[in-house]
Amino acid sequence: MDWEIVIGLEIHTQLATRSKIFSGASTEYGAPPNTQASLVDLGYPGVLPVLNREAVVMAIKFGLATGCTIARRSIFARKNYFYPDLPKGYQISQYELPIVYGGKLDIVLDDGTVKTIGITRAHLEEDAGKSLHEDFHGLTGIDLNRAGTPLIEIVSEPDMRSPAEAGAYMRKIHTLVRYLGISDGNMQEGSFRCDANVSVRRRGEKAFGTRTEIKNLNSFRFVEKAIEVEAERQIDVLESGGRIVQETRLYDPDRNETRPMRTKEEANDYRYFPDPDLLPLVVDDALIEEIRATLPELPDAKRERFMREYDLPAYDASILTGQRPLADYFEAVVKATKARPKAAANWVLGELMGALNKSGLEIGESKVGADQLAALLDRIEDGTISGKIAKEVFEALWNEGGTVAEVIESRGLVQITDRAAIEALVDTVVDAFPEQVQQYKSGKTQVLGFLVGQVMKASRGKANPQQVNEVLRARLDSSD
Amino acid sequence: MHDSTIAQLAEALRARRISAVELTRHFLDRIARHDPALNAFITVTEDEALRAAEAADRRLASGDASALTGIPIAHKDIFCTEGVKTSCGSRMLDNFVSPYDATAVERLKAAGMVMLGKTNMDEFAMGSSNETSWYGPVKNPWDTTRVPGGSSGGSAAAVAARLAPAATGTDTGGSIRQPAALSGVTGIKPTYGRVSRYGMVAFASSLDQAGVFAATAEDAALVLEAMAGFDPRDSTSLDEPVPPYAAEIETPWERLKIGVPKNFFDEGLDPAYAEAVRAALAEIEKLGADLVTLDLEYLHLSVPTYYVVAPAEASSNLARFDGVRYGYRSPGAEQLDLVTFYKRNRAEGFGAEVKRRILIGTYVLSAGYYDAYYLKAQRVRKLISEDFARAFREVDLLAGPTTPTPAFGLGQKTNDPIQMYLNDIYTIGANLAGLPAMSIPCGFVDNLPVGLQLIGPPLAESRLLKTAHYFQKATDWHRRVPPGYE
Amino acid sequence: MSLAEQDIDKLCELARLEIDADEIGDVAKKLSDIVDMVSQLSAVPTDGVEPMAHPLDRPQRLRDDVVTETNLRELYQRNAPAVERGLYLVPKVIE
Repeated sequence: MDWEIVIGLEIHTQLATRSKIFSGASTEYGAPPNTQASLVDLGYPGVLPVLNREAVVMAIKFGLATGCTIARRSIFARKNYFYPDLPKGYQISQYELPIVYGGKLDIVLDDGTVKTIGITRAHLEEDAGKSLHEDFHGLTGIDLNRAGTPLIEIVSEPDMRSPAEAGAYMRKIHTLVRYLGISDGNMQEGSFRCDANVSVRRRGEKAFGTRTEIKNLNSFRFVEKAIEVEAERQIDVLESGGRIVQETRLYDPDRNETRPMRTKEEANDYRYFPDPDLLPLVVDDALIEEIRATLPELPDAKRERFMREYDLPAYDASILTGQRPLADYFEAVVKATKARPKAAANWVLGELMGALNKSGLEIGESKVGADQLAALLDRIEDGTISGKIAKEVFEALWNEGGTVAEVIESRGLVQITDRAAIEALVDTVVDAFPEQVQQYKSGKTQVLGFLVGQVMKASRGKANPQQVNEVLRARLDSSD
Repeated sequence: MHDSTIAQLAEALRARRISAVELTRHFLDRIARHDPALNAFITVTEDEALRAAEAADRRLASGDASALTGIPIAHKDIFCTEGVKTSCGSRMLDNFVSPYDATAVERLKAAGMVMLGKTNMDEFAMGSSNETSWYGPVKNPWDTTRVPGGSSGGSAAAVAARLAPAATGTDTGGSIRQPAALSGVTGIKPTYGRVSRYGMVAFASSLDQAGVFAATAEDAALVLEAMAGFDPRDSTSLDEPVPPYAAEIETPWERLKIGVPKNFFDEGLDPAYAEAVRAALAEIEKLGADLVTLDLEYLHLSVPTYYVVAPAEASSNLARFDGVRYGYRSPGAEQLDLVTFYKRNRAEGFGAEVKRRILIGTYVLSAGYYDAYYLKAQRVRKLISEDFARAFREVDLLAGPTTPTPAFGLGQKTNDPIQMYLNDIYTIGANLAGLPAMSIPCGFVDNLPVGLQLIGPPLAESRLLKTAHYFQKATDWHRRVPPGYE
Repeated sequence: MSLAEQDIDKLCELARLEIDADEIGDVAKKLSDIVDMVSQLSAVPTDGVEPMAHPLDRPQRLRDDVVTETNLRELYQRNAPAVERGLYLVPKVIE
């Protein structure tokens, strides 16, 4: 039987404001429990919410970047339910009138085709606190530092048809929010997490199947795997004559399976109503235009520009523009070097990314700055060092710091281009390998590569390989 | 001293004829003597009061005093007061000590007022008789077998018995005006948003408004002036300048057009009460006013509208009382499962009327009923509000009775919520529309006070207070003190 | 419109309340009376009338994104029924 998977994602993105959405408490991650929970965050009697302007600005930035309509008037509503991490017994969210709605986002699939995913809406809301389960004599401990951290919940249309599409969409949103500077996107810290609505239907069918919601997926890989196993589960159920129950499920990465959540959902009636402590959020054209003017170049536009302006292949351009700091780094290198942009791209995507991955660093923490990488490329370009030596220089810069000039100088890595010096090296090698020389002379010219290698080795890699080639050939061809 | 107005007391303090400590001591003594019979106070803050009075005396001596420095006041126990128990009349908050001051409290403190204590109230301000308090009912000083009104019954009774020169209150559906009428004092509920709600335990956020009880409109004007004003911590606070009420009520009388809604005098109104109110209206006419009879078409719907909107908001506002971060926790509750833990804390922490309103509010917001009840009530609220707006295009003020009857007997209506709710039939409209309104003593029926209600357009507090002030210059109902409390 | 005892049970579940078995009949009766009273709204024609959620017809004010709060955990937790290592304790939460 041929099945189609239908996926919609709800992505919760914490906004990178300094203070909380409705209080003046800090949003910084990692403080001791409840030290960043103000009276408002704790839901003390009598306290009231006042809306953070920056959260509004950030939500609008997201809306503008995804072609959403910006609501001139949106409403905060209360979502009522009891849970220990929800101090007021309700979450302040937006329900009927969200701040932005009706946008779209293009994703590029593995085969290079572009697919447009609809964005239903993105609404502002407050995050909840955290429950800690370990070691309180069988009780749960509640930390409300996170309570009141601003979020936008980005709701997609059910437009995705495979785990890979869902993964690509989530990555694209992740890239976008970091470009916009509205979220740090840190998934370990929970700044970026996702609920997936999954259903299956027989291919060709118009109606959607009953969906389940997989909660709290906090990595791209988990999203893809969870959707995959959930779809398989649903197909198994349907093929064996069962039916899907609409429910909330959790993904267990250790067992690679989803299971129904045991609590929270037993009586799912949130009784949304407009929050009478907050008035309608009114946004005028002037504010929207002011925010639009601050938008950075977005990933798609930057990718196209890199292809056009730097003559890069699509693959290089996609990766380089996947993170704004990486793209900025690349452009800084290009600006400072005489080397071709493609050479710069190769170095950034090769040596630099390799070193970053190996040491688990972000591009912003790179131990080789863009200026040094540019200098390195220039030294290759002007023949001071070979590409091979350049890798050694890069490694030294990474591990020990300093400048390109200092490393080349202190390690004596300047390329040997002096003809007499190269001739001397060639002489040594010709004397040392008479057998191979004889072979060459008898017509087995492919042995030349071996001899060039021996000269390079004798020069400890510093000889200019092109010159070695020339001198060696001249020497072998001329002698008797 | 307790028969003086605040202005007179302030004058005596400034002239050093009395000290703030003497004045405070005097009222503390009266509380000690009379409150056991009235139960108007949940907490008397004697030590804090005397310390604040000493500070006020220093301020008076240094010449750095405001018009209210050294004047005692009582706060309804719905206002958060730093370091002092703030119970809201509930077992749920019996152990709650607020770590902060409500904005209204903070402002009066800054003006130098001396807090005598926290007054009794219906639990979470839900009631019209002060009988739903965890701390027992308050008695009406005019007849201790009767209720003082509610929910700010303790504040009304304290001012009526002259246990405090003024008291704060809150009014969600009449909770200042109704007890003011039943206890024979002056009470004003300003325009919605005029006094910050920050630090006022919320009942129904779109209706709640803080105000003042005092013996006279002049005193109420002085206190309101210090309490009111923009507060950045309350998103629904009005960012409008506060006029000098106390000065504006002394300006020369200007002829007013006063609307008298016909349906304020329908069959539900006690005939003797109606007569007293009509006499008061005639008195105002003599001051220089034209009385116009008019119709508030939707007024009869204000009680059903209110009993959808207020419980809906309350059901959500009271969800925070769960025994996790503060408040009542049933002994051993952490050994229960999570759902039962919540239920047990809340079932034992809340009284019957509060539970009733939470359940009604939950019902009208629940799936399948939201449109029929909550949304419908919001639409009718709009009609009621437009009714008032239309009236105020014709008239300067509306006037009528505050309540349908004088104070009723303790226990008389406790088993009939609907009868209890109908007490607020004339007062609820002003809350639904967010309008300023007040009640002033205007006569007696069977030795029980009668209240005249004045309702104004938004931000017409000066006009209300001035009308009340001129009425009080021409009458002496407000000077009557319950027998035994002279 | 009258509320049955099982309606009260459902509302109690949503509102996290308990009503004693011997009181539930009386509660159902009183709530039914209130629902009857508010049901008179259904007869009012309100077509085209904007719902009024709030008496203030003004936009929400915005505050600057500034951290104004300091750590007052010790003070705030004085009111807490049970706290350990800075955390509020509740019965085991099972997901």
